[in-house]
Amino acid sequence: MLNSNLKLNPKIFNDGVEQVPIRKGFGEGLVLAGEENKNVVALCADLTESTQMHLFKDKFPERFIEIGVAEQNLVTVSSGMAAMGKIPFCSSYAMFSPGRNWEQIRTTIAYNNRSVKIAGSHAGISVGADGGTHQALEDIALMRVMPNMDVISPCDAIEAKKATVALAKTGKPAYLRLAREKTPIITTEETPYKIGKAEVYWVPDVGLAQVGIIVTGSLTYRAIVAAKELEAKGIKIKVMNLSSIAPIDMEAVVALAKETKAIVTVEEHQIRGGMGSAVAEVLSQNYPTPIEFIGIQNLFGQSGTPDELIEHYGIGVEGIKKAVEKVLKRKIS
Amino acid sequence: MSLLTDKKILELEKKANDIRQSIIEMLVEAKSGHTAGPLGMADIFTLFYFHILKHDPRNPFWEERDRLILSNGHICPVFYAAMAHSGYFPIEELKTLRKFGSRLQGHPHREYMPWLENSSGPLGAGLSQAVGMALADRMDKKDKDRFIYCFMSDGELDEGNSWEAIMLAGKNKLRNLIAVVDRNNIQIDGYTENVMPLEPLVEKWRAFNWHVIEVSGHDFKALNESVEEAQGIFEKPTVIIAHTIPGKGVKEFERDYKWHGIAPSKKQGEMALKELRE
Repeated sequence: MLNSNLKLNPKIFNDGVEQVPIRKGFGEGLVLAGEENKNVVALCADLTESTQMHLFKDKFPERFIEIGVAEQNLVTVSSGMAAMGKIPFCSSYAMFSPGRNWEQIRTTIAYNNRSVKIAGSHAGISVGADGGTHQALEDIALMRVMPNMDVISPCDAIEAKKATVALAKTGKPAYLRLAREKTPIITTEETPYKIGKAEVYWVPDVGLAQVGIIVTGSLTYRAIVAAKELEAKGIKIKVMNLSSIAPIDMEAVVALAKETKAIVTVEEHQIRGGMGSAVAEVLSQNYPTPIEFIGIQNLFGQSGTPDELIEHYGIGVEGIKKAVEKVLKRKIS
Repeated sequence: MSLLTDKKILELEKKANDIRQSIIEMLVEAKSGHTAGPLGMADIFTLFYFHILKHDPRNPFWEERDRLILSNGHICPVFYAAMAHSGYFPIEELKTLRKFGSRLQGHPHREYMPWLENSSGPLGAGLSQAVGMALADRMDKKDKDRFIYCFMSDGELDEGNSWEAIMLAGKNKLRNLIAVVDRNNIQIDGYTENVMPLEPLVEKWRAFNWHVIEVSGHDFKALNESVEEAQGIFEKPTVIIAHTIPGKGVKEFERDYKWHGIAPSKKQGEMALKELRE
């Protein structure tokens, strides 16, 4: 059942569950952050509406900078603005930022330790019809290896809004991963949110869980649906939303492994180097636990609807359920 | 910025010579690093640190200071020497360049020297940081109070990122942004016009809506006038293309691209110091 302590969306399993793109939550959060602090500024590389930055631009036109299609300039100009006390949020598609401008981010933002927030929209396979060139499946890996860099991948639009407001206050570099497609609303305004804190969204009705699913980003809803269906078959699951990939909530990850002794990680990203790898790094050193990884298996994407692609690459509800059954068999008692 | 008198020019010439000697001593001690660029830029750094810049070595975080972005971090021996000679840290510390635990990293790093405006080394990213600073100052209506200077190399104009920055500065008419290009015509693989021709360089910058000044990088009076001219340009950013002699001050090192990325041996260092002290 949904963790009743977290005030999650009670209508999550209704047919007409509200669906909002995660990127929209970023756009709304940026306006809130801008209202709270006049030093918040926004920069965009010719994708102002796609990244939902137009909401900020309309409200604070004097604090918005149009960079043009120049992602290297996008992040380096942001670094310069941060050096003068601004809190720049810069946005493009994840494939181009951090995809194209990684070294500039490393040197002028992370190495310089400047408080720049890089919002990468249209991350993951669910970009859909645009095809493989536009489906960033490597961005978590690129950013989580970088010292000083926080990496946040919200599960829905409301969490994206809260994350955006919170990131404006950290005083350090961050990457915010956003998805294009509409995603069911999982959380509510009252659901607690803190950078670096993982929350368990789904818990067994009674007793301990047999498998822990750790999920990040837009697949969180599918992970919860999978857990619900598995529960109907008598398998007890906990689903943890690991939206904060860096810093990672080691305590919560280890606690989940200790309870379940079997973990499935779920992400819309290459298995190599992604969130699952981050979980494996934590567990192998603290509490070695069998893990099944749901993600893209060293492949590029292609055109299709988001649902078709999620099914094709085996990262949907059925794929998650199979991984749970598989890891149950590998469980060390 | 006070008047640049003949007496002051003589002082600057002496200071630039001291800085060149420090550069040689640092590089010999470090046994690696770049020689040609730092020697070639010694006059420009001297003019800025001892005459042009609004700064306070005893209070390096002074909010109203001018900002100096060094884009091509590999010429940091001259940057460090200018800072030491103007009082940011003891001159003796220059000998720690490139050594373990030193504040004087092989390429500048803010974590080790927190008053630096930026870390640098990878080329082509300094000007865009300076553009960001100038944009922030304009937003805050401080663009009449101070200048944002960016020292950059000619070789790094091969980088696309440089031209992205040049385009954005032109678009935004950043009047308090002044770039100084070290036009020394060399880069690691050879002469710039062989590796990747930059000419016609003046016309290129002009086409991107910059005010362009060409000047000798070793003539204090002319350099000073070019900065004064740049400060008076109200509707555009300005680039000063400073023609410098790589390795300037040591005949054996001058104009030879082979000295771009190597340090003098002890013997070569002694020879260079002797020439500089004459």
